[in-house]
Amino acid sequence: MKVLVAMSGGVDSSVAAALLLEQGHEVVGVTMRLWGGESDTGCCSVSDVDDARRVAQQVGIDHLVFNFTEDFQRAVVDPYINDHAIGITPNPCIECNRHLKFDRLHERALVLGFDAVATGHHARVVYEDDVYRLVRGHDMAKDQSYVVHMLDQQQLSRTLFPVGEMTKTVVREHAARLNMRTASKPDSQDVCFITTAKDNDGRGGRVSFIGRRIPLNEAVVVDETGVELGSVESVELVTLGQRRGVAGGGGTKRFVVDIDVPGRRVVVGPENLLLTDFELVSGVVWSDQPHTGMARVQCSAHGEPRSAVLSLDESGRTVVAWTEPQRRISPGQSAVFYDAEDRYVLGGGLVVRSAVSMTTH
Amino acid sequence: MSLDLVYLDHAATTPMRPEAVQAMLPFLTEVFANPSGSHRFARQARQCIDEARDVVADVIGCKPGEVIFTGCGTESDNSAITGIIRRRGGVAVCSAAEHHAVLNCVEHAGGRVVAVDSNGAIDLRALEAVLDAEVSSVSVMAVNNEIGTVTDLVAVSRLVRKLAPRAVLHTDAVQAVCWIDLRTLWPLVDTMALSAHKFGGPKGVGILIVREGITFEPTVLGGGQERDRRSGTHNVGGIVATAEALRLTDLARKDEVQRINVLRTALIAGISRIEGAQRTVSSEVSVPGIVHFCLQGIESESLLYLLDEAMVCASAASACASGAMEPSHVLAAMGISSELTAGALRLSMGHTTTHSDVTRAISAITDATDRIRSVQNRRSL
Repeated sequence: MKVLVAMSGGVDSSVAAALLLEQGHEVVGVTMRLWGGESDTGCCSVSDVDDARRVAQQVGIDHLVFNFTEDFQRAVVDPYINDHAIGITPNPCIECNRHLKFDRLHERALVLGFDAVATGHHARVVYEDDVYRLVRGHDMAKDQSYVVHMLDQQQLSRTLFPVGEMTKTVVREHAARLNMRTASKPDSQDVCFITTAKDNDGRGGRVSFIGRRIPLNEAVVVDETGVELGSVESVELVTLGQRRGVAGGGGTKRFVVDIDVPGRRVVVGPENLLLTDFELVSGVVWSDQPHTGMARVQCSAHGEPRSAVLSLDESGRTVVAWTEPQRRISPGQSAVFYDAEDRYVLGGGLVVRSAVSMTTH
Repeated sequence: MSLDLVYLDHAATTPMRPEAVQAMLPFLTEVFANPSGSHRFARQARQCIDEARDVVADVIGCKPGEVIFTGCGTESDNSAITGIIRRRGGVAVCSAAEHHAVLNCVEHAGGRVVAVDSNGAIDLRALEAVLDAEVSSVSVMAVNNEIGTVTDLVAVSRLVRKLAPRAVLHTDAVQAVCWIDLRTLWPLVDTMALSAHKFGGPKGVGILIVREGITFEPTVLGGGQERDRRSGTHNVGGIVATAEALRLTDLARKDEVQRINVLRTALIAGISRIEGAQRTVSSEVSVPGIVHFCLQGIESESLLYLLDEAMVCASAASACASGAMEPSHVLAAMGISSELTAGALRLSMGHTTTHSDVTRAISAITDATDRIRSVQNRRSL
């Protein structure tokens, strides 16, 4: 096959490129230039592009750079900022996968005559029972099926995850054996377009990035009975379930249990107020056919999957009814549904603010 | 270069002329002396540089003492603009379609950037509006590197002399050398930048011509080898090869302009037949070697990849440090819609270009656009 491999400059995609070559494919590497602003790895992440290019040269494949900065701004960065303004906590990595890696890049690959697009994600595409299944990666600790859950049959049929059968340790060993400069490069942890460097005013990271783009507003912090406890600097940056930085000392642990951005109000309370019996999920992409009934549901990149029963409500949203009460999920986060054995992805979508914001537990 | 390769990227860099390579070789082997030394061996190298300087002066129509050898065209532009502003203060001015080697200097100095017309040439009325006694540096390129538009330097010079009498008029003539007799440009300006690898010379050599009597702050400090206007040990072989390439380019220019004009007509005829192909500037206002099109509904990155597969080297706009294609500031300044500029294609010809190159390029570009459109049509069904 003719395969376009997306190379981020990290070890996983470096090894992915090498494996595809070893398997006899015709391989071309590509690094997407996504963010045009400052980053921790130099302007437009030039050092990552350098790493990707050098690895491509070492294994002997062509390397291209595609400029998708405008698409990235429109599909990932702008929504990220706008969502914060209305109290939604988005996952930009998932939106990047949805709109850039598995849409824009797939489309480009098709135009250029490639049969498939490969990435270095720890996940597997398995063709069984006449369907393509997105199966969890072999290395459960590194499994990334959650962040690529939005692939449908058409996309899965054109996607390869060459390192999905490997553990991270084996991936690094392979890279070291091939003398790749990325062999011991640390895993990327943070949102790529947000720097950790501090501004002149001492703010850094997410606070500074969002604060330079939208006004951040102070909010009053109250307990569940409405008693005022103090304030927070930026209501837009408060997350459901957060403990740090919200007022309220005393003996009991207090968590953010409700956020009212327009009302500039944050409610904190004991953990049981965070619990809920269900979540509503919209914009679900099903891997194959829509699924109702028992499933395992994962709500963060490395979160524990929990059992739930899936059903559809009258407006087409998926209702996740937990078999045991679970902590509420921040609106904007992705809920990903796996089969009851927790082996492969059924589908996934975005958690919406539930109609009942305070439960009775 | 592989014989199979169709190289239509002469505006990015030119293949070295074989005579220039030959001229360079002795300095990579036996003639290795530092020309600033005091022994006979050094004097031999020094003589080679002095002879090269005479050759350059002859092609420009300037005095040998006005020729400064630098490390690249960018350094020449930087020295001319930043060096003047540092020495004299005042305001820097340039056109919005300048190469970044100029534009970034002017913007860094907080200067005035002047609009261009629909051909990408500096808008003379807009220039007139920003010129005053405060202006100490004006830079207007002789030929645009992306679209090939030739500037009317006679008109620019007249305006600058009249309205900004203390300004030093600089021209980035990097893309002019192969097409325009530099002797006609030099009397119009005060400083001029050239780059050897754009006319069959080696990379790593630039030339800055500075009219006698004009002083500037050097940007590279040290031993003052170029009469205190530029420091650093001379790149002897590179300088000698540059002079040889410049001499040959000057000798061949008249015939080359005619020869490439014929090829340009064929190239334009071929590309114009492609659906959605729009010529960016007409042949009347541009040099023969640079042909620029915008292909509606085609993404340059896709097109260039498919051309590369077909062994055709072309380009779109300038690339950033990551190697990613940047949207063209030149086309944006001309007011061309981003939808059109996304399909920018620059085909640039030079001393090695043949009719067969043109024919093969036309067929490769036609095939590539057909292929892109057929996939797009399938997708939209």
